[in-house]
Amino acid sequence: MPEPRLMQGNEACVQGALQAGLRFFAGYPITPSTEIAEMLAERLPRVGGRFIQMEDEIASMAAVVGASLAGMRAMTATSGPGFSLKQENLGYAAVTETPCVVVNVQRVGPSTGMPTSPAQGDVMQARWGTHGDHPVVVFCPCSVLETYTLTVRAFAVADELRVPVVLLSDEVVGHMRERVVLPDPGILDPGQQPCGGEVPPLVRFGEGRRVMVTGLYHDDAGFWTENPEVADKFIRRLCAKVEKRRRELTLVERWYLEDADVVLVAYGSVARSALRAVRMAREMGKRAGLLRLATLWPFPREEVESVAAGASVMIVPEMNLGQLVGEVERAAGGRCRVVGYSRVDSQLIRPDELLDVLEGV
Amino acid sequence: MQGLCYVRRERLPHLWCAGCGHGIVLGAVIRAMDRIGLDQDRAVAVSGIGCSSRAVGYLDMDALHTTHGRALAFATGIKLARPDLTVIVLAGDGDLAAIGGNHLIHAARRNIGITCVCFNNGIYGMTSGQYSPLTPTGARASTAPYGHLEREFDLCRVVQAAGASYVARSTTYHIHQTIEYVARALRHHGFAFVEVLSQCPTYFGRGNRMGDPVKMLQWYRERAVTLAQAQRMDPEELRGRVVIGEFHRDEGVPEYTRSYLDLVARLAAGGESR
Ligand SMILES: Cc1ncc(C[n+]2csc(CCOP(=O)(O)OP(=O)(O)O)c2C)c(N)n1
Ligand code: SF4
Repeated sequence: MPEPRLMQGNEACVQGALQAGLRFFAGYPITPSTEIAEMLAERLPRVGGRFIQMEDEIASMAAVVGASLAGMRAMTATSGPGFSLKQENLGYAAVTETPCVVVNVQRVGPSTGMPTSPAQGDVMQARWGTHGDHPVVVFCPCSVLETYTLTVRAFAVADELRVPVVLLSDEVVGHMRERVVLPDPGILDPGQQPCGGEVPPLVRFGEGRRVMVTGLYHDDAGFWTENPEVADKFIRRLCAKVEKRRRELTLVERWYLEDADVVLVAYGSVARSALRAVRMAREMGKRAGLLRLATLWPFPREEVESVAAGASVMIVPEMNLGQLVGEVERAAGGRCRVVGYSRVDSQLIRPDELLDVLEGV
Repeated sequence: MQGLCYVRRERLPHLWCAGCGHGIVLGAVIRAMDRIGLDQDRAVAVSGIGCSSRAVGYLDMDALHTTHGRALAFATGIKLARPDLTVIVLAGDGDLAAIGGNHLIHAARRNIGITCVCFNNGIYGMTSGQYSPLTPTGARASTAPYGHLEREFDLCRVVQAAGASYVARSTTYHIHQTIEYVARALRHHGFAFVEVLSQCPTYFGRGNRMGDPVKMLQWYRERAVTLAQAQRMDPEELRGRVVIGEFHRDEGVPEYTRSYLDLVARLAAGGESR
């Protein structure tokens, strides 16, 4: 039986990554993500892996892609401004179908913002940060334990779909300490189906196969093409391989939804306050519920849709001015009222204020 | 031609303009590979974005065509993951010195075992003739219509100061030196940098009224002085000249991936606690 331990969110990320076979980390320090780099600097060389502190975030993302193509399971970790810098090479990873994991422990933005307070301002950056149409998978943990399990899953999905996977944590989750019992890794095995023709097998460098990898639109042999037909097929396949797997990628938690009339839709650290608020509302006899999203992208459309069908109002509390609420509204499709609730003053949204919001609608 | 085994002949003809120097540089790289008998199944060619960066697509080995300026950062990931592979970066002067300048000095500082060949045409070719940090002062470019006001980088001095342990410069005219320098760079254990002046008749040549590619090669011949000659010349005589030769070679500097693997070995032996 594994022992219970007091662990920090960022440490859980490190544990999960190592559990998933991480062997390469490249990063550039930025609070509140830095503990991840510090712990890996110590641990990776002990398991024959590699750690390198690059000259900036752009270089870190580049090195991660290079290492992954050279056969090592690779990751980088950063926070808002660093995540912005990574975007071009994140797009490169998507187009070259290079498996890798990017951790973003969100902080207040834009720009240097209010270092290094919590926020959830990178939801849309995680979806649309790089240019052009591209596939994305974004997981969003709300606890220390879940940081561990989602990190493990992020690597599995990255390998399976050959996509960069973003773990969108936040300052509260990253720095919080909780008592956790890490589950048996066997239980975490996502056991996904092979993707058939959607995802070609990855050929690594140094295998003697003389592969060509380019960020340009390319044909099946990996060579650049300017053929419109090949280009169209290529980018549609790239996006479809993730979209088709939306069901399996979608992780949500349902709390008190059977008879819920007022539903909070929340993610990340705010979801913890949301659950507490819902419980308080229930004690007061209010039919409140919570839909917690652990997958943000691809967006859990069906789940939101079905909850919307049974509720009269959905409230989306966010530590931003309303990045996911629009997506919730779109999925709800007029089945119920959707309202946002925002806080952008660097403070975590508290249960009592959410209770007020629940009572106010 | 020697070294045909390194060429993806099915990819030819190449996309460079008639008279472009980049094919000559690539030819020199191929001959250098042949000279040292490079195992092409254990080599990766990496490039950024630019006319020069298309070179990796004509090499029959693992190849990675990355984002503008970032080739060395991608290459660092590859080399650190697989120190046993020969990693060679082929990139333009704009790519390496402007957008990628930071990666260049830090790759040199780490002395990581990568061979970097700079295709220096003194201009941005792919984006049609804007000035680069290596455009000679006074030369014209589409974004320097009155002549370039900035001072040009001496990239060899930059990387040498940053810590590169092999540094050389040549031109497409001095082809035998170019081949030899690239061959030595490929055999070298640390960070090896070879700058090759390469004519861009389409933008640099036309914009500066230099005549055809042959005239540009003649210009390289006349402008270039060897290291030995340069040492006998005073600064006034050296103005407008370009010094070619092997500037620096030091096998004694620790190579980064070796140092890292040593650490891994020490830890595995249980020799180190924190
Ligand atoms: C981030 C980014 N900025 C700008 C560009 C546009 N761009 C493509 S190639 C290039 C310059 C290439 O010049 P150089 O590296 O000297 O190579 P050459 O084409 O002359 O061989 C630029 C600015 C780009 N692709 N990406
Ligand atoms: S534009 Fe210049 S550098 Fe580019 S292929 Fe043509 S001649 Fe060569």
